[in-house]
Amino acid sequence: MEIGIGHYLTVAAILFTIGMFGIFLNRKNVIVILMSIEIMLLAVNINLVAFSAELGDLTGQIFALFNLTVAAAEAAIGLAIVVVYYRNRGSIAVEDINMMKG
Amino acid sequence: MSITAAFFYVFSTLCIASAIMVITARNPVHAVLFLILAFFNAAGLFILLGAEFLAMLLVIVYVGAVAVLFLFVVMMLDVDFAELRAGYIKNAPVGLLVGGIVLAELAIVFLGSQITVGTATSALSSMPTQGSGISNTEAIGRVLYTDYIYFFQTAGLILLVAMVGAIVLTLRQREGVKRQSIAAQNARTPAAAMEVVKVAPGGAIIPSASSDESK
Repeated sequence: MEIGIGHYLTVAAILFTIGMFGIFLNRKNVIVILMSIEIMLLAVNINLVAFSAELGDLTGQIFALFNLTVAAAEAAIGLAIVVVYYRNRGSIAVEDINMMKG
Repeated sequence: MSITAAFFYVFSTLCIASAIMVITARNPVHAVLFLILAFFNAAGLFILLGAEFLAMLLVIVYVGAVAVLFLFVVMMLDVDFAELRAGYIKNAPVGLLVGGIVLAELAIVFLGSQITVGTATSALSSMPTQGSGISNTEAIGRVLYTDYIYFFQTAGLILLVAMVGAIVLTLRQREGVKRQSIAAQNARTPAAAMEVVKVAPGGAIIPSASSDESK
């Protein structure tokens, strides 16, 4: 059976759903939530690269490259915030994040 | 089944299985390690799609930097992760519901619409043909540094801002740490550093109040 774009889109859809499920499953743990977001971004990247290969257009791969940049920046800032938050509160539970009373 | 199909199924199965392990693992260190495995398998999928440069970038940036950063943070924070998993089962039905809805929506979009993905007639930046001898990396470079140069520079700025932000957030001045202050050393003058005391014959030196304090 020939592997077409549909197979890659299916894998990406499953990965995206797993990432979304992970956010609900680990509602208290910020670090696992960040990892779930990384999985969702990876699914998006697989979609972009699959369409890029299918259409013979490099633009999708360029977009995936920028996606990677933003994901790396997001992970760095997010983890820095987690570290600062742990220093202030001694915990990383999501429901404790109410210092700003927003 | 061709060898490509076999590799596709191996990579995709491992990728999905390790993604499931990431969100269900008890130990967050294991979760990070499974995340690394998922990224490696996604890199394998990228290679199957002919995007070698992105595959290597995924290995270097994600496995080499982002996942190791996660590992650092998980090991640095002394958190009771078992406590954070309380309510784990309680949240599962809602998550399953939302996840199922999203998956169903994606399936409806995919099955319901007739996606005709032939070769694009008007590619923005078409891929080099197979026999042209131009690798994927070179082709990306030719497009990235010409058509998308402003976006490339903006990506660099984003990374710079992220780096500065992470340093500003986590840097702290601790009390009671003795470190060298080069500015203070350079600002010292003989007048400020030395005190010439005339000692009368038979007299004694009474230490001044400031030197007494430092003892």
